[in-house]
Amino acid sequence: MSHVSSHHHDVIIIGGGGAGLRAAIAIAEENPDFSVACVSKVYPMRSHTVTAEGGAAAVIKDHDSLEDHIYDTISGADWLADQDAVEYFVNRAPKEMIQLEHWGCPWSRKPDGTVAVRPFGGMKIERTWFAADKTGFHMLHSLFQTTLKYGNIVRYDEHFATKLLLDDEGRCRGCAAIELRTGTVRAVLGKSVIICTGGAGKAFPFTTNGAIKTGDGMAMAYQAGVALKDMEFIQYHPTGLPGTGILITEASRGEGGILVNKDGHRYLQDYDLGQPLDVNDPRHPQKRAMELGPRDKLSQCFIKEKNAGRTIETKDGHVVHLDLRHLGEKKIDKRIPFVRELARSYAGIDPVHQPIPVRPVVHYVMGGIDVDSNSATNIPGLYAAGECACVSINGANRLGSNSLTELLVFGGQAGTHAARFAMDHPDYDESALVAQADDERDRIRRTYFSSPHKSGSERIAVIRKELHDSMEDGAGIYRDADSLESTCTKIAELRERYANVALDDHTNSFNTELTAALELSSLLDVAQSMAHSAMQRTESRGSHQRLDHPERNDDDFLAHSLAYHQEDGSAPRIEYRPVTITKWPPGARTYGADSGLKRE
Amino acid sequence: MPDNETITLELFRYHPETDSEPRFQSYEVPYDEDWVVLDAINWIKDYVDGSVTHRWSCRMGVCGSCGMMVNGEPKLTCAAFLKNYYPFPIKVEPLVNFPVERDLVVDMEGFMDKLQDVKPYIIRDDVNDTSQGEYRQSPAELAQYKQYSMCINCMLCYAACPVVGHEDEFLGPAALALGHRYNKDSRDQGQSERLEVMLSSEAMWGCTFVGECSVVCPKHVDPAGAIQQAKAMGAQEYFKRFVMPKGAGATKGAGA
Repeated sequence: MSHVSSHHHDVIIIGGGGAGLRAAIAIAEENPDFSVACVSKVYPMRSHTVTAEGGAAAVIKDHDSLEDHIYDTISGADWLADQDAVEYFVNRAPKEMIQLEHWGCPWSRKPDGTVAVRPFGGMKIERTWFAADKTGFHMLHSLFQTTLKYGNIVRYDEHFATKLLLDDEGRCRGCAAIELRTGTVRAVLGKSVIICTGGAGKAFPFTTNGAIKTGDGMAMAYQAGVALKDMEFIQYHPTGLPGTGILITEASRGEGGILVNKDGHRYLQDYDLGQPLDVNDPRHPQKRAMELGPRDKLSQCFIKEKNAGRTIETKDGHVVHLDLRHLGEKKIDKRIPFVRELARSYAGIDPVHQPIPVRPVVHYVMGGIDVDSNSATNIPGLYAAGECACVSINGANRLGSNSLTELLVFGGQAGTHAARFAMDHPDYDESALVAQADDERDRIRRTYFSSPHKSGSERIAVIRKELHDSMEDGAGIYRDADSLESTCTKIAELRERYANVALDDHTNSFNTELTAALELSSLLDVAQSMAHSAMQRTESRGSHQRLDHPERNDDDFLAHSLAYHQEDGSAPRIEYRPVTITKWPPGARTYGADSGLKRE
Repeated sequence: MPDNETITLELFRYHPETDSEPRFQSYEVPYDEDWVVLDAINWIKDYVDGSVTHRWSCRMGVCGSCGMMVNGEPKLTCAAFLKNYYPFPIKVEPLVNFPVERDLVVDMEGFMDKLQDVKPYIIRDDVNDTSQGEYRQSPAELAQYKQYSMCINCMLCYAACPVVGHEDEFLGPAALALGHRYNKDSRDQGQSERLEVMLSSEAMWGCTFVGECSVVCPKHVDPAGAIQQAKAMGAQEYFKRFVMPKGAGATKGAGA
């Protein structure tokens, strides 16, 4: 069979969401002679950044301070964030946000024309920039439209990357990717590679994540020998619509919305999150307290409230109420119009007149591809940024509105470093890379288009559903050794059964059943790393809550977990690396009256 | 209604490798009043026929992937509830006015080119350094273009537009609204060069304010209004050439 076609660029970016596009612009601007390829399984504006609602954090107002943003992020992370990375992130954030403003992002404004900010959970001061409640949408479209200015950004839209290509020196030099329209496998080659493929919420059944969030980039890096770091930390957002899992933004609480149980009681006050103020009190909503506590704690409170029999039972499971009625129609329409639109369309509720039923929903993976504070992996020439990566600034619990900023800060940084690597290491042997892509093409044909797949008995959707159920049952908000053990066992079983998956579709053009099979393979890898990392972390920290080990244990676990893929697909090897602590030693994580800046 | 109620979906099928003609295929789908048309298509793909081909992602009306013709009307299938059609069959086809790649997937390369043609980015002679802070933009200035910045590129307006159907070169509602969005942005100074592109094609003047684009827009962008405003701006721009030195009329003051 002939060779796959090869395509040559300087830097290859896999993923066209916020981080990938920011990286592309960084490279295109700083290196006008460079050719940047952006390989994405969807058209960039379909990327999941588009659904982010509430906002993006950066210190811009006079009464705020970088120090406060750093402390909020580190304490929000339950001290699992690397403090040097957090400092870089917070220091860099305002410049990146202003840059995006210069590129046309329609930030909401104050009467004097400066950008407006709103309060967000776990943040001591309001510092979240927003574009009404479609912040991710506006950021993504502003970035995408700005990329159209640069002739040296070459898009490979609807190309599904399946494998990283490494040269003889072990440097990453590109990827094999399937052009969906034709089914053709191509070798997209360059001198360095950045993975920006987003998270993996689709490992769970009930998630805010879109269909495309299947951890493909994480799995690709994992298989190539990069560790997946801190994968046990999965963020449940406390306010998703029951049934669909559609996100109701934290901005609804930042604007003053309250959470109540079946008795109309603001139950968060019963869980060390401070005392409620009347909704008409000018000091409401209080920062770092009550409804503006961090997401991990609010989601955990829901489960406790449910166990106490104080939630509301619906046909889509138990819920509490998010009440926005006191905000009034005018404020709701101005500040959070999308919340009203979504609640009306998908819950049949008008939040101007009725409380919104909500329950916790899988939202974000704190863990990801292990990168250092330069966005570099342990494979020379391979970088990662955005939700797929773990620097880590998010630690055990990400604060709302830090992830959109993270896309910009680390997308841009990864672009700069990948370009530098490309300049320093320009030469590679093309034929070896093409040979790997040939092998990948053959592997895909062999695996999915010939027996046993052609005659196998397993259906993608069935395995996916069993994976979902097992992750929710065993690796949800609260876990223990037994629940995780059974999830690990189930995943091992599903991996075996996956070998017998049968496709109905054995054609080339736009074979989305093939991509669904590849995505399921990624999810199985990623889910396995999540369950095993959770099993080995015998403490509770942030979003990782072990019923059998309820306390934080800094002596043994002030450390990042690193899951390494095993060739035979068996349980990953888990190692640990100490967290980088600079100026903020681990302390008690407090919210409510005694929250705020505390240093020992 | 009984639990085992079903609804019929008639899906447009076309495979470029095997079919010379498109056809329709019927599927019985469990009826759930909370389901949207997209849920029903996903159910078919997952459990009945894995070869059914469509695009989707967010399922909340913002990624713009899942636009299709539902009973002849361009719709986001994630926002088209089965209960609005039940008990009658639902016919689902790819968006019209686009070449079909396979089944419900259309070729959107031409659309992508048109977006790029209108220069949808801030153009300025003097670019501030980020150390100078944000450009000031009052809420009133923001309101000038905000509506036109809400387009999710779902392409329903192209399926509804009578001009797109027979004029390939027509930039079309979404692209023109996007160009207009930047023209109305107080931070931008590129109106002149953008209008040159937007108004260059004869087809632009073929848009007779039928307004179907604005009717089908799921995000209330009102591309028809944008096109009429752009035409008016173009006329002004044209006359300015006779009374002002080149370029002088093209820039707007943007606060620093």
